[in-house]
Amino acid sequence: MSTGPAARGPAAPVLQVRGLTVAFGAGRRRPAVPVVRGVDLVLRRGEVLGLVGESGAGKSLTALSLLGLAPPGAQVGGSVRLLGEEVLGRPERELAALRGSRIAMVFQDPLHAFTPVLRVGDQIAEALRIHERPRPRRETALRRAVELLDFVGVPQPSRAARALPHQLSGGMLQRAMIAMAVANRPAVLVADEPTSALDVTVQAQVLEALAAARRETGAALLLVTHDLGVVAGAADRVAVLYAGRVVETGPAEGVLCRPRMPYTLGLVGSVPRLDTRTPPTPVPGTAPAPGTIGPGCPFAARCPLAEPECRAAEPPLTGVDSLSRAGTSAPDAHTAACRRIPEVRRWSAADLFGRPPADTPELDVTGTEPPAHPSTTPGAAPAGPWQRATGAFAHAGSPNTAGGTAEGTVPGAGSVGEVVLSVSGLGRSYRLPGFRQRRAPVVRAVEYVDLEVRRGQTLALVGESGAGKSTTLREIASLAAPQAGRVEVLGQDTALLSRRAARELRTAVQLVPQDPASSLDPRMPVGDIVAEPLHAARVPPAVVAARVPRLLTQVGLRPVDADGYPHEFSGGQRQRVAIARALAVGPALLLLDEPVSALDVSVQAGILDLLLRLKRALGPAYLLVSHDLAVVRQLADRVSVMYAGRTVETGGVAEVFGRPRHPYTRALLSAVPLPDPVAERSRRRIVLPAGPGPGPRAVSGCAFRARCPVQALLPAAERRRCAEETPRARSAGEAAGHTVSCHFPHR
Amino acid sequence: MLGRLARHPGALCGLALLLALVALAVLGPYACRWSFTDVDYTALRQPPDARHWMGTNRIGQDVFAQVAHGLRKSLLIGAVVAAVATGLAAAVGASAGYFGGWTDRSLMFVADLLLVLPGFLVLVVLAPRLRQWGWLALAGLLALLGWMVTARAVRGMTRSLKERQFVVAARLMGVGPVRIIWRHILPHLASFLITDATVTVAGAVVSEAGLSYFGFGVQPPDVSLGTLIADGSDVALVYPWMFFFPAGLLTAFVLAVSLLGNALRDALDPTTVRPAGPPRGAVSGLA
Repeated sequence: MSTGPAARGPAAPVLQVRGLTVAFGAGRRRPAVPVVRGVDLVLRRGEVLGLVGESGAGKSLTALSLLGLAPPGAQVGGSVRLLGEEVLGRPERELAALRGSRIAMVFQDPLHAFTPVLRVGDQIAEALRIHERPRPRRETALRRAVELLDFVGVPQPSRAARALPHQLSGGMLQRAMIAMAVANRPAVLVADEPTSALDVTVQAQVLEALAAARRETGAALLLVTHDLGVVAGAADRVAVLYAGRVVETGPAEGVLCRPRMPYTLGLVGSVPRLDTRTPPTPVPGTAPAPGTIGPGCPFAARCPLAEPECRAAEPPLTGVDSLSRAGTSAPDAHTAACRRIPEVRRWSAADLFGRPPADTPELDVTGTEPPAHPSTTPGAAPAGPWQRATGAFAHAGSPNTAGGTAEGTVPGAGSVGEVVLSVSGLGRSYRLPGFRQRRAPVVRAVEYVDLEVRRGQTLALVGESGAGKSTTLREIASLAAPQAGRVEVLGQDTALLSRRAARELRTAVQLVPQDPASSLDPRMPVGDIVAEPLHAARVPPAVVAARVPRLLTQVGLRPVDADGYPHEFSGGQRQRVAIARALAVGPALLLLDEPVSALDVSVQAGILDLLLRLKRALGPAYLLVSHDLAVVRQLADRVSVMYAGRTVETGGVAEVFGRPRHPYTRALLSAVPLPDPVAERSRRRIVLPAGPGPGPRAVSGCAFRARCPVQALLPAAERRRCAEETPRARSAGEAAGHTVSCHFPHR
Repeated sequence: MLGRLARHPGALCGLALLLALVALAVLGPYACRWSFTDVDYTALRQPPDARHWMGTNRIGQDVFAQVAHGLRKSLLIGAVVAAVATGLAAAVGASAGYFGGWTDRSLMFVADLLLVLPGFLVLVVLAPRLRQWGWLALAGLLALLGWMVTARAVRGMTRSLKERQFVVAARLMGVGPVRIIWRHILPHLASFLITDATVTVAGAVVSEAGLSYFGFGVQPPDVSLGTLIADGSDVALVYPWMFFFPAGLLTAFVLAVSLLGNALRDALDPTTVRPAGPPRGAVSGLA
């Protein structure tokens, strides 16, 4: 993807940013709060610079400020030179002429970046007609718009051009957005999280389109993203932003493979990997909020290598290889803002951040053993504090009381342990609203799903959005009779439960919702939130009062946090509260709905670590829904791949990820970017055509056949089989429990 | 919230006025040596003086004592009506919105039915029949005819709250519906309900005064602002103290409550406050 600037002769910078600052909220009495604090960037012709950082680091604000699009009320300082001319401080009229023609932007959410009432083609044509002189005729511009859409890989471009934005899928729209951005052959493209809202398979298509557009126009690209995998695959150089400053910059390979700033090291180490099961290392603490940054290195508070000098003055960017001051070296040089670069060299992320710093308490999961708290659970001493003596749970037994044998044994693909959840032939369909009841089209969210989760096991449900993962989870969590099929929890069919039995079974199945910001009632103190399922299970108040502090300790919070309200906590801490709430009643099965997708990577690693530890200590089974296959790799024992409401492949995580058999699984896995530039660039990627839109699906045959790369190469007779016969799950190869639903699985 | 309320000049005026009126209603009868039924035969139709602070009426009753007592009755009725109507609206609206389906349809049918009834006519017809129950019956009737619009609003808000993740999470945890409504939904509607109750107080006081003016409300010998205004209206220009003191107090009360209600709405609604940080995703313009 990267040709490098050297091939194009003198590496003249097309965009030069010096000391960019953005501050907010200067009032009469308060000083402005700086959010971006002196960012230097250089972008040369044809180059891709990845700007990475976590939320709040100032990435998007930096990108917007380059185009003069900083939100109202922001004070922008420093210098931004585009093709040698200063951009900042220009009147709006001149900026408008510049945007789109010299510098163009690809926004994160294409659905909101297009005007909803105008056709996509007209909007692209408008971009052409505004900037081009002499102004092209409307028809000419429209024809060019169709060509552009075709160029970025939009299927049936003339149809897409006539469509309104909401009629196109997210991936198509994002490609249309790219087409619009390159319409006037700008020198610089700024892409702000262009793929964050998209599925991995679609992400691969969009990145492909972005690369093609760049090759064609020779534009330089500033790729703003939090996803190190995307950067590893696409960027020539990387700049890491932390607390509003660039803390490390250099060639992608150097920064991502040999990070020299402890923060970068931690960031790279906290990314879960798809290719190996090495637990990611969380970075302790959180980034300082804007306005609270002291005089020293902003990372010093979280850095295990920090010395007193680190807190005295903010270190400048220093050459990693030559130790020369940055400004004098070439822009290609690998530089880091750290005083202790030689020392960082000797550390790996796991060693550096592996041991918890002294000021954070050690995670107390062992402290839940009955002897430690003999007084807190009257009458439940032999069962351990984690179980109430409900019928459901007594049936399930207890990992802590089974003579310690269950503890520590993590069942793999085998079939040890009793079945906690068994789902067979689950189906769920909806009628679209807005129609008369009888005539409403039926959307089959889930067609036919089989699952089995055993004690102490983690089963992951993966697939693109719309595959029916969350619907499946919700059907299980509701503990009601499913529309079709059977759901059995701890051997009890949910369709046959009495109200009383259902209430008792509730304590066996608990849910950790996706977004902790919205799943915790903002008006309730954390202690009450955690106590809620206990109250719902009618646990006596005295027991609840004793258990809440222990639950909070268990998830790495302090007992005093019970008095806080959710908004006082960071995203990771809120997710810990949600986990504590789910664990409160000692469930046998924890349903995890995208438990880390709303969190930054460095925080994400901490939650993954917590989930693994809790499972070891308390032994619930997990049913994990995630679109992030790297997370699945770290957490799951078994994987179930879903496509269009059906299970297409299932098996042990090592077999499915190592030797995927279904063509869809293969494409899905190949689309996940690795955060390692060397490995990422040497991989072959299967790019799937765009998926089906929402709406009724094919009734007969394999639902994947329209996108299937294998089916396209089959002889006609075998292809007919794909169209007519719905594939059934059958055993795939040596490993036990590895099944695939395909007529022609990969060998 | 109180800080935001305090920055609102209208709110402070309204609050001060309201407190003064409440003090008058509560403490007035004790401060005056006349009770509202006492008759001073030596002073008929006397203008205000040191003996009768607001003068006397045509049979020699002290206007101040009557006004204080009438205000007390009016405020009491207003408060009872607001509490009952808002409580009813919260219960009906939240149940309709949360349970949906047939509960929703039947409850909203009742609300719509009551909305199309001409309220004043119903009161006029029913009030004489309920006379033996006293002013509480009147307050009950007023409340029964005043909860529907609020209930519809509460239902709408409940329906959107029901989709919020924390409500869904609570439901999946096995928390019962009544508990969810009480612990998760109503706290989020509290600001709306408080504001609405404030406005309802004013409305109820005006309705009561109107009914009493026509003779359907509070019955003699009891007095309320409405009966006092009715008594004084025909001689308003000849003996202005008999009319303008009760009428002025009624106006002042409604004004105070409206000022406070508006300010409360502003203070409780976080969207009226300018955000301090950078607005996220506030992007205008296109590449």
